Amino acid sequence: MQQRAGQRPAAFIATGLPGIGWLLAFFVAPLSIILLYSFGENVSLTQVETTGTLENYRRIFEPEILKLGWRSIRIAFISTLICLVIGFPMALVIATSSQRAKPWLLLLIMLPFWTNLLIRTYALLNILGTRGRLNELLVWLHGGMRQALDIIGLSEAGLLADRFTPITFLGTEGGVIYGIVYVSLPFAILPLYSVLERMDTSLLEASIDLGAGQWTTFRRVLLPLALPGVLTAAVITFIPALGQFLTPDLLGRGQVDMIANVIERQFKRANDWPFGSALSLTLLYVTFLLLTLRAFSDARRARRTENRG
Amino acid sequence: MQSSPARRLISRRRFLQGSAAIGISLKLPANAFAEGGKVNFYNWDTYIGEDTLPNFEKESGIEVTYDLFADNDELFAKLRGGNPGYDLIVPTNDYVERMLIADMLEPLDHDKIPNLANIDPVFMDPAFDPGRAHSVPYMWGTIGVGYRKSAVSRVPDSWTDLLSSDEYAGRIALMSEPTTVLQIAMKAMGKSLNDWSEENIAAAEKMITDQKSRITAFAPDNGQDLLLAGEVDLAMEWNGDILQAMDEDDDIGFVVPNEGGLLWEDCLCIPKGGENIENAHILINHLLGAEVGAEIADFIYYASPNKAALELMDPEYTENPAIFPPASTVEKSEVAIFAGQEMTRLIDEAWTRIKAS
Repeated sequence: MQQRAGQRPAAFIATGLPGIGWLLAFFVAPLSIILLYSFGENVSLTQVETTGTLENYRRIFEPEILKLGWRSIRIAFISTLICLVIGFPMALVIATSSQRAKPWLLLLIMLPFWTNLLIRTYALLNILGTRGRLNELLVWLHGGMRQALDIIGLSEAGLLADRFTPITFLGTEGGVIYGIVYVSLPFAILPLYSVLERMDTSLLEASIDLGAGQWTTFRRVLLPLALPGVLTAAVITFIPALGQFLTPDLLGRGQVDMIANVIERQFKRANDWPFGSALSLTLLYVTFLLLTLRAFSDARRARRTENRG
Repeated sequence: MQSSPARRLISRRRFLQGSAAIGISLKLPANAFAEGGKVNFYNWDTYIGEDTLPNFEKESGIEVTYDLFADNDELFAKLRGGNPGYDLIVPTNDYVERMLIADMLEPLDHDKIPNLANIDPVFMDPAFDPGRAHSVPYMWGTIGVGYRKSAVSRVPDSWTDLLSSDEYAGRIALMSEPTTVLQIAMKAMGKSLNDWSEENIAAAEKMITDQKSRITAFAPDNGQDLLLAGEVDLAMEWNGDILQAMDEDDDIGFVVPNEGGLLWEDCLCIPKGGENIENAHILINHLLGAEVGAEIADFIYYASPNKAALELMDPEYTENPAIFPPASTVEKSEVAIFAGQEMTRLIDEAWTRIKAS
């Protein structure tokens, strides 16, 4: 029988030390500093003194911060939902396609990562602008349709406006959500793919054979089996979406700021590291809360499966 | 000197974001004769002549390590916890002031910089650094309005065209700099842009909040791109950025509104804690030379305070109103004084409220 690493201290230390060292140096240490800062005050332009003040946490409850926080949660939530709705069928298609096609389809999903996020965002600006490519295309389609109406003699029927009014995508919440979905979609698809790929398809066949309709099979068999992947996809999309600041800056044109924009300002222009630390830790608490809920739900499902077995 | 389009294609502020993301760090080839030691120079992107540093290395035998920062905040954040080894930096005036308050700058030895005589005397005694004890002017400029000539009925020569009129609703870009935008709002109300008080911040906040629905974008340093793409017709921007847009598109103009604008000045400073203070002085003196100053100005196309260098430049540069605004406008414009940490917090809170509204 194999011995567990914990029972052999030397092996445990040898294999665990690099990992523990890494965690201490790059996770525990910086976070501790941020934690200390969050209870601190600016004593000069360059120095923070930890005085144990709660002022930084009190400022989080200012109405404008709460409002931006709520906006961030709403945008992240909607983006996550859209990612799941689009990502699920895509993951299903990849999971059920032939062994030869799979790596190529996965490659297509990963391909955007080969380009820097900033460059991709600028490309989106070019497409979504009021005079961007998408509006250009719509103007062209509009003109074409008007000509078609002319030919069949319906141009006076008032079906189409004389001039096409460009649609404003940028600077709106919709534009920011579009950008976040665009960035996050691969992260949503991969965990969904990995559960769907491992799924026993005979269960689905059995369900259909036994008289359940397609919708019922999806709802009662496929979805419950895929739930761990769905939850992982949701968490992995939601958490980074909550901390976006580049997308609101560029696609939101500074009109749809999220909470991370405030945090970024504290460490730069406002030079208020204590408040910035308190804000980022609060964001971290929200993240931990979500991960804990996720862990609880896993544990509960594991228990249920055991009981049934 | 004939202006080539390639020269003006890139400006330092234009590529800020790109270089920040990619983290460009350029090491010049080590000089084989590097007997004169080293100097570590930390500068803005595209903010020096193409041959300036290689020539300096050849002449002096000093090896230059060249690093780029994207904005003053990055520069300040890097040095805040202790100088990581830079010998020469280029902060903007209000950051010179911050660094002076925080005691981060080495006093300059004017005897080692004889080329200081090339600098126009009007720059030699600024409020933020009396007597130039810690800083030397490198380039200066203004913030004004870039506009699309064919889309405006008249030159938008008042800040109120951007900040309170509805004439250009949905065609305006402001900068996403809290302090600067509120300063300009105070200017639009006929106040000094250094007149910080709770009442003035509140009034400026109200002005921007009321105008917010008519503003298309708070542009993170890309107002000139929005102007070029036709997304907006009026953009509050650095003069150098609009100048580049003007080079690409004849239909774009630049004006510093009648109320006056903000004057900025980037300065050469020696941060405390560097190891090559002597060599930093030698490099400063080199950069202030007449020919070298002209070479730099001709490449980056910002206004140079170097009088001797200007004498070597073409009228195309020296008489360009977007580089050197009319004297009457400059008189009404002001150099920003650092508002202090307490006011900075009030400004930032006002900005968050504007953004949350």
